[in-house]
Amino acid sequence: MEILFLAIVLAPLIGAVIAGFWGDRIGRVGAHWVTSSGVGISALLSLYVLSGFITGSREPFNGSVYTWMVSDGLHMEVGFLVDQLTALMMSVVTFVSFCIHIYTIGYMADDEHNWPEGSLAGTNSYQRFFSYISLFTFSMLMLVMSNNFLQLFFGWEAVGLVSYLLIGFWSVRPTAIFANLKAFLVNRVGDFGFILGIAAIAMYTGSLDYSEVFKAIPGLADTQIQIFGDSSWSLMTVICILLFIGAMGKSAQVPLHVWLPDSMEGPTPISALIHAATMVTAGVFMVARMSPLYEFSETALSFILVIGATTAIFTGLIGIVQNDIKRVVAYSTLSQLGYMMVALGASAYAAGIFHLMTHAFFKALLFLAAGSVIIGMHHDQDIRNMGGIKKYMPWTYWTSLLGSLALIGFPGFSGFFSKDAIIEAVHHSSIPGAGYAYLAVVIGVFVTALYSFRMFFLVFHGKGPRDEHAKAHLHESPKVVTVPLVLLAIPSVFIGYFTVKAVLFEGWLGDALFVLPQHDTLGALAQSVSGPNEMISHGFHGLPLYLALAGLVTAGVIYLAFPSIADTIKKLFKPINIALEKKYWFDEAYQFLFAGGSRNLGRFLWETGDRLIIDNVIINGSARSIGRFADRIRNVQTGYLYHYAIAMILGLLLLLTWFVIAA
Amino acid sequence: MIALSDYLILGAILFSISLAGIFLNRKNVIILLMCIELMLLAVNMNFIAFSHFHGDTIGQVFVFFILTVAAAEAAIGLAILVVLFRNRLTINVEDIDTLKG
Repeated sequence: MEILFLAIVLAPLIGAVIAGFWGDRIGRVGAHWVTSSGVGISALLSLYVLSGFITGSREPFNGSVYTWMVSDGLHMEVGFLVDQLTALMMSVVTFVSFCIHIYTIGYMADDEHNWPEGSLAGTNSYQRFFSYISLFTFSMLMLVMSNNFLQLFFGWEAVGLVSYLLIGFWSVRPTAIFANLKAFLVNRVGDFGFILGIAAIAMYTGSLDYSEVFKAIPGLADTQIQIFGDSSWSLMTVICILLFIGAMGKSAQVPLHVWLPDSMEGPTPISALIHAATMVTAGVFMVARMSPLYEFSETALSFILVIGATTAIFTGLIGIVQNDIKRVVAYSTLSQLGYMMVALGASAYAAGIFHLMTHAFFKALLFLAAGSVIIGMHHDQDIRNMGGIKKYMPWTYWTSLLGSLALIGFPGFSGFFSKDAIIEAVHHSSIPGAGYAYLAVVIGVFVTALYSFRMFFLVFHGKGPRDEHAKAHLHESPKVVTVPLVLLAIPSVFIGYFTVKAVLFEGWLGDALFVLPQHDTLGALAQSVSGPNEMISHGFHGLPLYLALAGLVTAGVIYLAFPSIADTIKKLFKPINIALEKKYWFDEAYQFLFAGGSRNLGRFLWETGDRLIIDNVIINGSARSIGRFADRIRNVQTGYLYHYAIAMILGLLLLLTWFVIAA
Repeated sequence: MIALSDYLILGAILFSISLAGIFLNRKNVIILLMCIELMLLAVNMNFIAFSHFHGDTIGQVFVFFILTVAAAEAAIGLAILVVLFRNRLTINVEDIDTLKG
């Protein structure tokens, strides 16, 4: 059993090591073969594990494979907890990762053009890229398969590291370096909260193992602790919010979302793999996995709900005004992550995980389609320069259409079921903030449809590309690019219909998730609908579907039929437009407050602390004062013999006098 | 009858003269040496006076030692003086200040 799980985890790692260290020896073909087959093996085995759970022939596994150390009774181990939730995540991660490995073969084929002539950093960049994405798959698997908090933290940091390496992959571009540093620093803020949360858990339960912690939690539900002075805090709320701060960093929730749009500086495959489908969902997965903790803190659930709802609506609005094709998709990712968080906040963990899964497929698809368009446009990413690409790239066109329909929640598509379930769950939720969250996610549906189809129409419809040169070279991408698109389009369309019943209403995820009866929003939902067909028919009576269609039609009217309307609206709502284009000034504020503040603090410490006090006063100052003292005292040394003699005699007299008086 | 204090006063006067000689002399190293000799003699005077009045001869034995050492010292001192003069062509105290800091 352990061998199987070890194989799933280690196959991508071996591929990454071989491609990373011996990249120049095995060459480009060797590198993509060894990494793709490593991830492929992993994907097949994961699907095998998942099928075991689907047929019911497999029992959840929880065991350690290696004890790193035991310190004061605290076991630090490498172990696996494989239940339905883990199996689902493993399958999604490895399947999407496998598709992206194949896609990368096409996307990175001419990567040498992205580097300056003969640059050292550009040597073997192709092999290095494959090594990184395989390493990422390994890290993500470690994260989702972990059975203890330490390994979770290892995976958490490892995906952060690989994300850093990949955002800054084109390390000769200053923007890429800025973006990866930003992502790393913002994630540090989140991770700081996360590790404090883990420390609090270890402190109060004396264990890092999930099952032991979960066992101890109900006994701690009413514990109050003092943090600052005499104010009393609920222990569970503190732990849950600290852990959630980690999730806010990794899953890019407001106000720690600023790194994700910038991370689009990385190559498109990793935008799809890391910043849409898998890594950013780590926070969602973590909260769902920790549901036995979160259920005991209504405050934390409310907090998640409000943060998620804010992210869902406000980042979606930014998506409407973006002109970079990848950034539109990035803001859409932020918005959808907000939806997942809203589901978690409403205790509909299964709906959150379900949306995570469907989103992983259609968002990876949309990103890869965007990448395909970018290849066609010779790395021009501005959607205003595109248009009419439909007839040049039919495969990309149709797959993106399916992806976009799934994203906006068109009935029958996978996104419809997951998003509708979230909206209904929030509707049934009664914790503080649920009203706001419901409003946010419902309006969010309109916004999602608007920005998705704005981009879709601008890119694929309308008049051809402005640049005649680009038009002449526009053609469909190679097979290695389009095949993954098709592979991802299939689950984007169908997976919702076939799995919604089991995941949401029949409790297929089993004991992996824990919901208190008073929070059971999905249970309440299950009383009115219980299957995919009912959900569809129910959807026609609800507001969200019509909002989605309204968004689609609005996008069509504005960007296809009467492009002049867009400018009129822009002029009419100028302040709002500026706020959106400036992304609510988050970047500026952080630049000014945190980056500027720490730069000023650094300059103060350097100029006052280091240069003035240490260098000038302590070091040079002590040398100078000794010099000055010596300058005075050297006058005593006249060099005349009789001065020394008289000093000796006077000294002798002095000593004698003292001797006589003392005696 | 000459009292002990008279001897001691004589010794002190001799010592003070030599001290003044060392301090006031700005010209000649030889005078310095002579003053040191005089200082030793002042000390000897004290030794002899105490020896006599205490009726103990050990003090006079010490005087012999001191005279011997003083003779040797004078010899070495004059030898150094000769070498000094050969090197610096002067025995002026004011010019010998290479110890100045």
